[in-house]
Amino acid sequence: MKRFAPYVFLSELATRWDVLAFVVVIGLIAFLGETSRGLFAPLSQLSSIPLSLDPIHLPEYAARTTFRMLAGLILSLIFTLTYATWAAKSERAGKLLVPILDILQSVPILGFISITVVFFLSLAPGRVLGAEFASIFAIFTSQAWNMAFSFYQSLRTIPTELTEAAESFRLSPWMRFWQLEVPFAMPALIWNMMMSMSGGWFFVVASESISVGHTTVALPGVGSYIALAIAQKNLVAIGWAIFTMLIVILLYDQLLFRPLVAWVDRFRVEQEPGVRVPNSWALTMMRRSRLVKAATVAFHAAVLWTSRAVQRRDTPTPLAEERPKRSLDLFWVSLVIAAVVLALWHIVAVLIANTPLREALHVCGLAFLTMLRVFILIALASLIWVPIGVWVGMRPRAAQIVQPIAQFMAAFPANLLFPIAVFGIVKWRLNPDVYLSPLMILGTQWYILFNVIAGASAIPAEMRYVAANFRITGWLWWRKVALPAVLPFYVTGAITASGGSWNAAIVAELATWGDTQVQARGLGAYIAEATTAGDFHRIVLGIGTMSLFVVIINRLFWRPLYYYAERKYRLT
Amino acid sequence: MNQSLLLQCTDIRKAFPKPDGAELLVLEGMNLDLQEGQIVGLLGRSGSGKSTLLRLIAGLAEPTAGQVYYLGHPIVGPASGIAMVFQSFALFPWLTVFENVALGLEAQRLPRAEIRKRSLAAIDLIGLDGFESAYPRELSGGMRQRVGFARALVVHPNILLMDEPFSALDVLTAETLRTDFLDLWSEGRMPIKGVILVTHNIEEAVLMCDRILVFGSNPGRILSEIKVSLPQPRNRLDPSFRELVERIYVEMTARPKGAATGGRHERFPGLGIGSVLPKVSTNLLSGLIEAVAAPPFNGTADLPKIASDLQMEIDELFPVAETLQLLRFAEVEGGDIKLAEDGLAFAHAEVDERKRIFMRHLLTYVPLAAHVRRVLDERASHSARKSRFIDELEDFMSEDAADQTLRAVIRWARYAEAFAYDDENAMFSLENPT
Repeated sequence: MKRFAPYVFLSELATRWDVLAFVVVIGLIAFLGETSRGLFAPLSQLSSIPLSLDPIHLPEYAARTTFRMLAGLILSLIFTLTYATWAAKSERAGKLLVPILDILQSVPILGFISITVVFFLSLAPGRVLGAEFASIFAIFTSQAWNMAFSFYQSLRTIPTELTEAAESFRLSPWMRFWQLEVPFAMPALIWNMMMSMSGGWFFVVASESISVGHTTVALPGVGSYIALAIAQKNLVAIGWAIFTMLIVILLYDQLLFRPLVAWVDRFRVEQEPGVRVPNSWALTMMRRSRLVKAATVAFHAAVLWTSRAVQRRDTPTPLAEERPKRSLDLFWVSLVIAAVVLALWHIVAVLIANTPLREALHVCGLAFLTMLRVFILIALASLIWVPIGVWVGMRPRAAQIVQPIAQFMAAFPANLLFPIAVFGIVKWRLNPDVYLSPLMILGTQWYILFNVIAGASAIPAEMRYVAANFRITGWLWWRKVALPAVLPFYVTGAITASGGSWNAAIVAELATWGDTQVQARGLGAYIAEATTAGDFHRIVLGIGTMSLFVVIINRLFWRPLYYYAERKYRLT
Repeated sequence: MNQSLLLQCTDIRKAFPKPDGAELLVLEGMNLDLQEGQIVGLLGRSGSGKSTLLRLIAGLAEPTAGQVYYLGHPIVGPASGIAMVFQSFALFPWLTVFENVALGLEAQRLPRAEIRKRSLAAIDLIGLDGFESAYPRELSGGMRQRVGFARALVVHPNILLMDEPFSALDVLTAETLRTDFLDLWSEGRMPIKGVILVTHNIEEAVLMCDRILVFGSNPGRILSEIKVSLPQPRNRLDPSFRELVERIYVEMTARPKGAATGGRHERFPGLGIGSVLPKVSTNLLSGLIEAVAAPPFNGTADLPKIASDLQMEIDELFPVAETLQLLRFAEVEGGDIKLAEDGLAFAHAEVDERKRIFMRHLLTYVPLAAHVRRVLDERASHSARKSRFIDELEDFMSEDAADQTLRAVIRWARYAEAFAYDDENAMFSLENPT
């Protein structure tokens, strides 16, 4: 089990670039919101596509949902290969592109959907197609950022020897990209794709059925199925949907990601001894199949052909780096300034001009409430899962069983389970401020569990012997041995869980069951409410505030904690 | 010689269960005792079960049969009078030198002042003064292992167990640490009464130990016991020192007496298909042949001499020498390695001729290679799955050993161009790769 570093903390660039990036991103959202508002009215007649709760349709819905996931993944891959490459190759562009990625990671995707739905509906000629685009775009936004970060990171850390070898054989940039850079980045990229995927299911379910103002869009899929089941208060149908999703994720894992992980193992530059080679029955099958073999041979030939088609450089590149031209620098800087000014203007025009101070303060107060919830929940989840994770991780057999289950649970879209909780809250008249909260962490707590398991199983045997030999037991053992050893892993898990919980707040703080609505006080509910009302000013305000909070918490709390844990508690 | 008995092991047997229900025997018929004032060395190659025995004594694992007695009482779980020093140091990176040392005392819930006093004393004794507040990552390997020693000594153990404590250090540092340790020991400044040292370095064993137990493999057992009565400090160049080293080499290269009874678990003897083959690259094989063929050895070399010339530990040298013996390129006996006729021919041949000689020997003397080749020849497709041979091998050996053995044959066969193997499809074939 590997650990993936949170790329949130990758950028070590000056903070002024971060500020610029924040302004650009929020400005873009404000612009989209403003544009969508104008396009909103003529589309209000759009009716929802008729859906049926008959379980016989579920395989078809599941297939459509899966197709959206795949489309999102491919889009993310294209984005990754271009955006990250640009950021890594151009010093100038990287300065702004990397912080932008960082900020984009903190933008709550679910709040964003309402805006993009309307935007894409207006773009596409056929209305359903527009909604499909919006849904795929939501999945894309949940996957692309950390894949791009991973790729960027890999491109920046290619060993010098390999670069020099490529240089000395005078590989063309195109060949170098496909023969060196992409293969080198592959293991980390596949791993991040897998992590993105687990997040993606949550958003695909949430994005299929969206109502903005009077527009209700319901794309055929598992997410819409469950939305309809909620509206009709049909618990049996919800059960069917959950069952279907379990099977879909299982198949996706077995047929796509296990084979990919096993296959990508050959791209590892350094083979650590003693690490088990991943295995996949599906990959073994594919490798033995002649059809697949023929396909891969054809693909390989195509790659070779493009490499040859793109003319090789005949003149060696000059060794000394060319000094960047001043005029180009000037052009770039003015471009950035223009973008920032434009973004600022949009923010001012859309947000500040339309927001009374009282509203702004109110939103900040709500954000604090949500923040409180996230922190309390992370603390509670840690109290439960850290001891369990350590216990499991110290026992290889238990870890072998529990680890895949935890990863599976992390991938399972927890919002499918919300109706059951809401049903309970409505039935027993519980306080939604308290009882809706656990939903936020329902799907994200597993990141804590499986990271801690990974950490505990990485404790070297000799270190355990030391503890046993000197008879270190009880609280002393937890304090001096177990907790420090898993801390770096725990922090990674907690960061992912925290980020996910903020996002989940938007669907967790405001939940419906038939015609009953339960609501907790918080920023998530505020955004959800604004979405239903179709009030774009408040949506943008909510998203902006949430992004700001997430960025600040990351910078002031998680980042220092992460570096501290890495520096002091890393086992090498 | 009226010494008291610190530790006694009687008829220890240790076996690990295998997935298929059978068991893997690691130690058998192990008897050992440690008297007060002695350093006992456990000398053997990796896989001879000496580290396992150390863990049994430390109470970190339980024997399948037999009993370990510490001061007359059977050991169940880690005993308080036994402390251990590890090969990889095993320090906690998040604790300072002082905290690492104090940890064992904290576990005993001693008063703060005493913990402090004793920890500082141990740090002082082992020469770590001034490093109390440093973190392990700031220290060199030698200093880290000193922390390992201080941590073990601070709990005032009766017995100190050392698991190859110097093998992760460079030659110079290791020697300094050994000398420092022996000085403290002979001056009686350490609170310990007896030491058990696990090592695969023959000279280290002769330098430090009062008694050396030579271990044999598969399953681990004691081959012989050698008393070292040279006075401390010992001199490596002293003729009687050299003589002892030479004698141990002879012991360790002796043909196993019960080759036939040792059966399929022995490393090289019966040479059926079921013998486990070691991981030895063809570069090492030809390298050793060339070294022995060249002057000053001219075909016959003293193993201790060539080991020090090539800077190889016995752990590295023996498998290579034995593989040469297995392939009938050389004869290993009485602490010497002597090239056979074909060995000399190989040494003087060009690449293609070498490959021809190697192929002939591989297919004649390694039954598994011959078997694979025969299967490939007989089949119309001239190809076969790896799993086919693994299944056959697993009748004789563990899953891991089967994989290692097949990989060894693949490696040698590739060099000899006897047959090809495609790892991606796990297929053997006679074709050359396209």
